[in-house]
Amino acid sequence: MADMLGKGIRIEGLHKRYGKGDTAVDALKGVDMQVAPGETVGLIGPSGSGKSTLLKCLGAVIEPTAGRMTLGEDLIYDDGWKIPDLRALRRDKIGFVFQAPYLIPFLDVTDNVALLPMLAGRSNAESRKRALELLEALDVAHRAKAMPSQLSGGEQQRISIARALVNRPPVILADEPTAPLDSERALAVIRILNQMARQYETAIIVVTHDEKIIPTFKRIYHIRDGKTEEEAGEGRAFE
Amino acid sequence: MISLAGRDIMHAWVKFVFTGVGLGLLIGVTLTMAGVYRGMVDDARVLLDNSGADLWVVQQDTLGPYAEPSSLYDDVYRGILGMPGVDRAANVTYLTMQVRQGERDVRAMVVGVVPGGPGEPGQPGYLIAGRQITRGHYEAVVDIATGFKLGDRIQIRRNHYAVIGLTRRMVSSGGDPMVFIPLKDAQEAQFLKDNDAIARQRRRTAGNPAFNRPGTPGLLDAVIASQSVNPYINAVLVQIKPGFIPEEVAEPIRRWKRLQVYTRAQMEGILIGKLIATAAKQIGMFLVILAIVSAAIVAFIIYTLTLGKIREIAVLKLIGTRNSTIAGMILQQALGLGMIGFVVGKIAATFWAPIFPKYVLLEPGDAVRGFVAVMVICVLASFLAIRAALKVDPAEAIGG
Repeated sequence: MADMLGKGIRIEGLHKRYGKGDTAVDALKGVDMQVAPGETVGLIGPSGSGKSTLLKCLGAVIEPTAGRMTLGEDLIYDDGWKIPDLRALRRDKIGFVFQAPYLIPFLDVTDNVALLPMLAGRSNAESRKRALELLEALDVAHRAKAMPSQLSGGEQQRISIARALVNRPPVILADEPTAPLDSERALAVIRILNQMARQYETAIIVVTHDEKIIPTFKRIYHIRDGKTEEEAGEGRAFE
Repeated sequence: MISLAGRDIMHAWVKFVFTGVGLGLLIGVTLTMAGVYRGMVDDARVLLDNSGADLWVVQQDTLGPYAEPSSLYDDVYRGILGMPGVDRAANVTYLTMQVRQGERDVRAMVVGVVPGGPGEPGQPGYLIAGRQITRGHYEAVVDIATGFKLGDRIQIRRNHYAVIGLTRRMVSSGGDPMVFIPLKDAQEAQFLKDNDAIARQRRRTAGNPAFNRPGTPGLLDAVIASQSVNPYINAVLVQIKPGFIPEEVAEPIRRWKRLQVYTRAQMEGILIGKLIATAAKQIGMFLVILAIVSAAIVAFIIYTLTLGKIREIAVLKLIGTRNSTIAGMILQQALGLGMIGFVVGKIAATFWAPIFPKYVLLEPGDAVRGFVAVMVICVLASFLAIRAALKVDPAEAIGG
C-alpha cells in the first residue's frame, strides 16, 4: 500500500463523538482505512455500527472529533478541517452515489450530470460534453434527453454514477447503491463502479448490506462498534 | 449555468400555471378594488366637469350641494349675474331618487336645469343621441347607464317625461347615472307635496285664526298661494368671464350676497376629502387585507413547493451547490409565480371591470404600483421557504 500514499483516500484514527458528558456516544473509535485509486472496497457492518457516520465524515458533511483524513494529495482533516470551503471540497473531490439515485427531477439526464461541472464554474458546453462522454461510457447516451421519471431504476443508478464521476473526484462514496435493484442489476452496477474506478483512477467505497454483491469486493472493511477491520474479499465477479 | 428555477417551472408548468391563475384572480380583485376607488374619484371629478361651472354658490355654512343639503331662493342668480367677473349663472337642483319606467325603476340623480343649449351651466356638455332640453316641462335627457332609450317615457314622482336625449359618463359622486329634467319640474319633484298633504295643509291653514281673519279678506288665499309655490333650488352654478381668477369672483359674492361660494379646487376637496373619504378608507383596508392574503398564499405555495423538494435540495447542497444558488432558485420561482399572477390578474381585471355597475378605472400607474407590490410581496413571501431550504442538512441525502 505504500505506493498508494498521496492518492485515493487514507483515514487514520478517525473518531466521532456525539453529545457531551454522560450522554456522549462514540460512534467512531479510531477508524483506519485506505483505498487506492482505481480500487473499489466494500464497507459492511450491522445497523448502528457507525457506517453512516463514517460516510458523513468522509463526505465532509459532519466534522469528526479527531483523526486524520487525506484525500488525493490533500490533507483535509487533521484534528480539524484543513480545507476552508467544504462545499467546494464535496463538489470537486468527492462523488456521491446514494441508495436512491436522487436525480434532480426537473433536469434531463444530461443536465443532471452536467450540473456539477457547471456549479464548479465550467461552461455549459464543456460541462455537457463531459456529461455526454460519461453517459457514453456508461452505455446510457441514448437516454441523454430523457427526464429521470422516464428511466428504469438501473438507468437512474447509472446516471447517478455518471454524476458522481463527472468532476473526476479522487474518491466516490456509494451508500447502498444496489439496495433497490435485483441481483442482475445490482451486479451490473458494481461492475460499472469497478470499471469506472479503474478507468478514472478513482477510489470507491461502497457501503452495503447486500449479500449478493459482497463477494465481488477484493477488499472489505468490517465496521463493528465504531472500529474497522480489514479482510480480503473474494473479488468474484471481476476475475 | 442553467436556470434551476426555470427548469423546475417548465417541468411542472401545469401546476405553476394553475397556481398562478388562482393567485392572479386574487390580484385581479386587488387591482379592481383600486380601480373602484379611482372610479369614485373620477366620478367626483366628472360630476364637477360636467356641471360646466367655475363656482358653486350654495347656502351659507353648508358644504352643498353634493356633500350637504343646500337651499337657496331661485331668484338669487339674478343678483349673482350682476357681480363682477360673472359671465353666466344658472339655477340647479340635485335629487337622488328612483326613476320609474313601467315596472322597473333605476336609481338616478335627477338634475333640474334651466332649459337651453349646450354650454349652459348644469346642462349635459354633450349628447350621444337626441337633443338638449328646450321645453320648460316633461322632457328628459338621460345618461345611457340608466338603460333608458330615446322615446321612452319615464316617471318621476307624479309626472311622466319623454326621453329626448342620451348622454354618457354623467354620474353623481356615488356613481348613479344622471337624469336631466327642466328646473321647474325638478323643483316640484323635490319640494312639492302630494295632493293629500296639500289638502291637509290648506285645512290646517284655514283653521289657523292668524291666517283666516274674518276682517282681512284675501289673507288666507295669499298664505295658501305662498305655500303652494316652490321657489327653492340647491345651488347656483356660475361661469366666470375669461381673464378672471375664480377666487377673485367668489369673494365679492361671499361678502355682498352673504352666500357660500366654492371654487373648483375647493369643491373637489369636499367631494374627495369628505364625501368619499370613508369609502376610500374602506377600500384601503380591503387592499391591505388582500395584500396580506396574497402574501400568505404566495408564502404558503412557495413553502409547500420547497418542502416537496427537500431531498433534492439536500442532494444539491451535498454535491456542492451554493446556498445563494438554492435561495435564488426559490426566489425566482416566487417571482415567476408573482409574474404569472400579475398578468392573469391584470387581464382578469381588464375584462371584468366594465361589467361592474359602477365605474372602475384601471389606471396604468396603479398597474405599475401593483406589479411592484406583487414582486415585493413575492420576495418577502419566499423568505420562509428560503429559510427552510437553507436549514436543510446535506447529511439528509446520505441518510443513516
